[in-house]
Amino acid sequence: MCDGPFPIREGPVSATETMSTSNNPSTAGPSSSSSNGVPLLALRGVTKRFGPVQALTGVDFELPPAQVTALTGDNGAGKSVTIKTIAGLWPPDEGQLVWEGQPVSFHGPRDSEAAGITTIYQDLALCENLDIVQNMFLGHEELRRGLLDEGSMELTAKKTLADLSVTTIRSIRQPVASLSGGQRQSVSVAKAVMSHAKLVILDEPTAALGVAQTRMVLSLIKRLSSQGVAVMVVSHNLNDVFEVADRIVVLYLGRMVAQGPASEFDAAMVVDYMTTGRSSRTSPTAPADPAAPREG
Amino acid sequence: MADEWSSGGEVPSGLEEPPLSTEEEEDATAAPETAVDLAAVAPEVLANSLGEYLQAWRRRIRSGESGALPIVVGLIVIIIFFQVERSRFDSAINLVDLLQQAAVYILLGAAELFALVLSEIDLSVGIMLAVGGWVIAELINSPVNFPWWLAIICGVGVTAAIGYLQGILITRLHVPSFVVTLAFLLLLQGVVLELAAIDKQAVGGVISVSPSSVIFKLVNSNIKPGISWIVLVVVLALFAALSLSRAARRRAQGLSAPPLSITLLTIAVTAIGGILVVYICNLNRGILTPLKGVPWVVPFVGVVLVGYSVLLGRTRLGRYMYAIGGNPEAARRAGINVQGVRRIAFLLAALTAGLAGLVYVSFLGSISTDVDGGTYTLYAVAAAVIGGASLFGGRGKPIHALLGGLVIAIVFNGLALMGISAAGQDIATGIVLLVAATVDALVRRRGAAGAVV
Repeated sequence: MCDGPFPIREGPVSATETMSTSNNPSTAGPSSSSSNGVPLLALRGVTKRFGPVQALTGVDFELPPAQVTALTGDNGAGKSVTIKTIAGLWPPDEGQLVWEGQPVSFHGPRDSEAAGITTIYQDLALCENLDIVQNMFLGHEELRRGLLDEGSMELTAKKTLADLSVTTIRSIRQPVASLSGGQRQSVSVAKAVMSHAKLVILDEPTAALGVAQTRMVLSLIKRLSSQGVAVMVVSHNLNDVFEVADRIVVLYLGRMVAQGPASEFDAAMVVDYMTTGRSSRTSPTAPADPAAPREG
Repeated sequence: MADEWSSGGEVPSGLEEPPLSTEEEEDATAAPETAVDLAAVAPEVLANSLGEYLQAWRRRIRSGESGALPIVVGLIVIIIFFQVERSRFDSAINLVDLLQQAAVYILLGAAELFALVLSEIDLSVGIMLAVGGWVIAELINSPVNFPWWLAIICGVGVTAAIGYLQGILITRLHVPSFVVTLAFLLLLQGVVLELAAIDKQAVGGVISVSPSSVIFKLVNSNIKPGISWIVLVVVLALFAALSLSRAARRRAQGLSAPPLSITLLTIAVTAIGGILVVYICNLNRGILTPLKGVPWVVPFVGVVLVGYSVLLGRTRLGRYMYAIGGNPEAARRAGINVQGVRRIAFLLAALTAGLAGLVYVSFLGSISTDVDGGTYTLYAVAAAVIGGASLFGGRGKPIHALLGGLVIAIVFNGLALMGISAAGQDIATGIVLLVAATVDALVRRRGAAGAVV
């Protein structure tokens, strides 16, 4: 376990602080993402309003490359809005996305996909009547003499699944309708890998799964990050979060209230942050609490 | 070319199958993970030998993934029934009649298929048949006197344009296809009546086609027996070579391929079917003067169906149609121009209905204002659904239109030979449709019962 200085950064708790704390170096510990170079993606003071509803307020966090980051928070904390902002569905009203060190603005899912971000929503967006290969290549079919090159696509799909150690699928020519929930997740993830995504965002990947299926998906996520892909898992299942995440980001009522390596959190702290936006507990490993919760 | 198709209905494993997307796969609905998981897989994916293949196939059928089997069994039962009832049913003259009658239903079924695959419905295909027929008949007669090919292009072009217009209304204004195509059914019925009233050539609302024109000869003239045999041999050789080389290529790439015995069996059954059809057509069926040969319409329908099989099974457009029928949201997120594909589907449906109109005019040698667009639309839906296309979208192939069209034609033909009235024929067709739809629903429910969400 890490025993460095307490690296959990806490986000702004009050609205007045929002715009001034877009970057918070005073509380950023050495083991946070900025220590190993440029983060793959950084959100800087992202704010999103829907009419009178303030969905996100000055959200800052960073996603380092090749790590699993869990985005967690209670219902209504703004997790979905955050990933839809990153995916380009809802561009932020204020603030900025910084992708590989460059400020970017995505004006639709196509933009974010072109940059290398794949978002897998809970509905997975698979065609049940098509088989696995057909789903994995949907929209990107390979052609040979103007006709679909099934052989080549099947080989690529097979290799991608094998690289991810997806072994429970008996035949990649079976329709997705015949797959279990976990297998469907695997197909979606493999599809993202095949599109050379640098960041894969998974929205509640284990929400509808049983124990064995959950285990399978979690190990798939770990393998994905070991292949050098950054993964952001949106979940409020703390068991899953602690099993898979390298870093944890907690949202509370549209604000980022804490982020840091997973080793610096324990479940009780995350629950505190999720439910109240602050935590008076200390990290299980941190000797002191230099970044004590600040009142607004 | 068409011979393999006309007989291909009895080949359960299908004919012009894309190598990797077989009938069985697309017919699959949800199945539970464990034992039934295997059942949902197309047999050729798992099997290495003939025995394993048959085992896998049996497992699929038991789990409700019956594919084209019920319709093939139904077809055989109907044929045996009429055979026992009426020995004239399988006479050469009647079988050729049957193929000629079935051509219109098969093409209509193929037209409706494009809408059904996308989970839409096209109620205008019946009236498109009339429009296509009318345009062609008007253009080859005076005063226009177009050559036959130009008349066909214009006739089919007009229906395709109307189909595209419907597609625009459906996709741009977001009016349901049911309503738009129903409106066009009514509207065009009136236009056809008006057209007949204006045209002095159309005596009593009927316009005829000269028996000497190519259009008339499409259905009513035959290929010389010698040539039909040569064509059959060439087509079968091509089919065999393609099937074998495709399987060999897949094996060389390290992909699963059906066992050699299955490929050979498919080729053999296709060959037997093709030879039977050509043989029967080449028997002398004339009463006073000798009459033999395969009607031109048989290869015509065959070429259209093979073309559509390639389009739906082997091209991006076809893949996108199935994807949209399965999950339009997934298709949209995959970057597919969903609305554009929808428009093309309605264009293709109307275009195919125009081809059905061509065959209709040729078959009767005339077209009248009495063509009941509504009834033909319903036959189109019936042909596609009886054949195995799903009303819920994402499932159905041209071969299903072939099977369904043959069933409808056989029921009409057989009952007519038994001296049963038109009313009785409609009742029988209705029952067949009900049975087919029930089988479809049962298959779905059985599959869904064990589904894992």
